[in-house]
Amino acid sequence: MVTTDQIFQWLEEVSDPEVPVLSVIDLGVVRDVQIEGTKVFVTITPTYSGCPAMQVMEDDIRSKLQEKGISDIHINTTLSPAWTTDWLSEKGKFKLREYGIAPPVNEVDKSVLFAAPPIVACPKCQSQNTRMVSQFGSTACKAHYQCNECLEPFDYFKCLK
Amino acid sequence: MNNEALFRYLLRLGDDSLILGQRLGEWCGHGPILEEDIALTNIALDLIGQATSILNYAGEVEGKGRDGDKLAFLRFEHEYTNLLLLEQPNGDFGDTIMRQFLFDAFRKPLFEQLIHSGDKQLSAIAEKSLKETKYHLRHTSEWIIRLGDGTEESHQRIQKSLDNLWRYTDEIFMTDSVDEELTKNGILPDLSSIRSIWEETVKSVFAEATITIPTNNWKFEGGRRGRHSEHMGYILSDLQYMQRAYPNMEW
Repeated sequence: MVTTDQIFQWLEEVSDPEVPVLSVIDLGVVRDVQIEGTKVFVTITPTYSGCPAMQVMEDDIRSKLQEKGISDIHINTTLSPAWTTDWLSEKGKFKLREYGIAPPVNEVDKSVLFAAPPIVACPKCQSQNTRMVSQFGSTACKAHYQCNECLEPFDYFKCLK
Repeated sequence: MNNEALFRYLLRLGDDSLILGQRLGEWCGHGPILEEDIALTNIALDLIGQATSILNYAGEVEGKGRDGDKLAFLRFEHEYTNLLLLEQPNGDFGDTIMRQFLFDAFRKPLFEQLIHSGDKQLSAIAEKSLKETKYHLRHTSEWIIRLGDGTEESHQRIQKSLDNLWRYTDEIFMTDSVDEELTKNGILPDLSSIRSIWEETVKSVFAEATITIPTNNWKFEGGRRGRHSEHMGYILSDLQYMQRAYPNMEW
């Protein structure tokens, strides 16, 4: 008999296609797992409304569970409560930094004009002397930064609250 | 509650996101600098994502078996009810930013209020979209100020963008029986309260940008009733091409 803990453990093996170092569990997009008899219900939530990785994550979750011998899989998407970077696991933040992406730091409200961009440490040399190049980066969830010390250009997984 | 009113409102909300997202997508590969190319297409992606959620829900409310894709790709021009502002051509970078700013300044307070909607799914969509819209509004506000209070050339051009687009802004706040019914039922906020927040935002940003609101009172409207400008047909021919040429095709 499979347990929800077991399912969560299996889903640790499903990675975010855009940031492959993170699992869907690290990312916090898996909100709930329920088991009813032989049926498994997984509830996921998108990071951003238009995140193109959602469909892939859904397919990957399905095939991972099939691989583990579950055939009656129901995946539904919920929008509320809306995803926030607060749901990134500590392990996930650590893995992001190792991978060369700066994890989210606490930021002021997005609606403040010309607010100083958050101080983000360079994932390569740890210097805090970095600058934001653009608040929109290679994917919806990232901003583009550069380190003024080692000159490394890097992604910052921006704060979404 | 009359589902017809909710369906029609969701189409308006969804079409606004869809058509503006499609317009912004035209910038892909044509941005003035790489960072802006990426920013405009990121915003486009958020808008298309919002349109997907909203139109899928509209299809559910309608209950005739149409999903978001069918609504997006298989309606005729007069069945789209987006604001005329959003179908206006991209023009130069300033025109695009001005169009986006006028819209973002409306969308942010709208979503803030829609979170309290009596309709659960609409409230969930608003909660999700608000987070993205805050980024958009900050981005466009900063550009309006940078261009307006920048060089003589940029100032004069962003002023011209405002002069051209201002006439489309009245339509944002026009209401009819659809809005009235939903407001009465606690689904929609009172749009007049949003107008005053919008006015405050645009006035303060324009003051900072040293540009002035035109005094010309000639105003356009018609989008909410499906009466579009000549640009709409061209947008739809791009947007719908694949589904019209290869019905039911999927990626």
